[in-house]
Amino acid sequence: MLSELRTMWEVLKHTFTKAETVQYPEEMPYLSPRYRGRIVLTRDPDGEERCVACNLCAAVCPVDCIALQKDTREDGTWYPEFFRINFSRCIMCGMCEEACPTYAIQLTPDFEMCEYDRQNMVYEKEHLLINGVGKYPDYNFYRVSGMKTATKDKGEALNEARPIDTKSLLS
Amino acid sequence: MSELMPVILALTILIGGVAGAAVLTWFERRLLGVWQDRYGPNRLGPFGIGQVAADMIKLLFKDDWVPPFADRMVFIFAPTAIVVAMMMGFAVVPFAPGMMIIDVNIGLLFFLGMTSLAVYSVLLGGLASNNKYALLGGLRSAAQMVSYEVFMGLSLIGVVMMSGSFSLVDIVEAQTDVWFCFSQILGLIVFIIAGIAESHRLPFDLPEAEHELTAGFHTEYGGMKFAMFMLGEYLGLMLISCMIVTLFFGGWHGPMLIGDWLPPFFWFSLKVFVVICFFVLLRAAIPRPRYDQLMSLGWKVMLPITLVNILVTGAVLLWIEGVA
Repeated sequence: MLSELRTMWEVLKHTFTKAETVQYPEEMPYLSPRYRGRIVLTRDPDGEERCVACNLCAAVCPVDCIALQKDTREDGTWYPEFFRINFSRCIMCGMCEEACPTYAIQLTPDFEMCEYDRQNMVYEKEHLLINGVGKYPDYNFYRVSGMKTATKDKGEALNEARPIDTKSLLS
Repeated sequence: MSELMPVILALTILIGGVAGAAVLTWFERRLLGVWQDRYGPNRLGPFGIGQVAADMIKLLFKDDWVPPFADRMVFIFAPTAIVVAMMMGFAVVPFAPGMMIIDVNIGLLFFLGMTSLAVYSVLLGGLASNNKYALLGGLRSAAQMVSYEVFMGLSLIGVVMMSGSFSLVDIVEAQTDVWFCFSQILGLIVFIIAGIAESHRLPFDLPEAEHELTAGFHTEYGGMKFAMFMLGEYLGLMLISCMIVTLFFGGWHGPMLIGDWLPPFFWFSLKVFVVICFFVLLRAAIPRPRYDQLMSLGWKVMLPITLVNILVTGAVLLWIEGVA
């Protein structure tokens, strides 16, 4: 009986507390930069596509909502010929972002992506690709990885040692 | 003119009761929102009061469907019974001096009789639905209401003994100096609890108990028939609040020490408003008891309290009479 009275008193005290509700359409809730919302494809600081079409995001995706096709540029680098995310399936788990070796695929703090037509939930590469670097402003995959590209050889990247000559015991 | 007065008042109560119940659905949700640190319906119109109209339009345009397996006649009759019974109960409520439909010398018994009739509505609704959840809800409501009826009546005996009348006007007049909520505090507590159980509102809404019985006795109801059940429930809430004010909080009298400087009807409605807010607070704060807890609370705690209350009240009254 006493605990019931105490409960009623505690609830009554809430007459003077402010409502927790965020009046959403008029008042936007704060979403942290690492919020897992709409997925984008980012570019590196030089403005090139970061995606190297390795397919890891599509492989890790638990609902199989990512589809892409690899193609090769003239300089030998890979890029996605098409990149398609079906957002009516996507569960915003962020595993694609974790799997991505080049920080290309990133989740953004945006959840307002309603459509009247289900088909419009399928985003193609032109919808996904943004003209920005996303959460990693200075990162360029080809500058830090050991990949040989048209402009540099193996071992010439940032913070990278020369490759070991496996044919020699003295190196 | 004086013969027309009850008719006008009856029409006013009919319209006011329905409108009041409609507004109460919104008001209760807003108040629950306040106590649960949220807003409740606040979108439509000023303070969201347009929600009332929206809900009514929705309910009016819903398919008025009777399940093929239900007992058609009883199924349709059940929701009307609760509204009629609760509306009849308002006939004896003294809103202000002279402002009541009928001043019968058994007003209190009439009120108890009418609220008892409301049991039929829930019971028949549950039975006619031909659905196991509805049947369980009806079964619970029958047991709950019949047992709480017992000490709902008994808890008022103290009031009747002190005022010496079953007439509600006499009871209010007897509280001119001191309200019965002090001398009959036990009766008040029991009457409030029994009143909640009688109007089957939370926390004693076991006939509905949406966590266990989907919606209890009105599982099969929809549209306006469901709205009638809700109307009956809110009318019951208002009626019980009116009776608590009349019997224990001095009816139309202003509070002691402050005096009667406002119109009697204003004092009455203010007090009813406070009691309704208290009922909403109960809903916001207290969880629903288990069914056996409800029954044992009734028979093992409430009934002895009322009997002790009657005994003590009677003894004190006889002692005062002996002294005087």
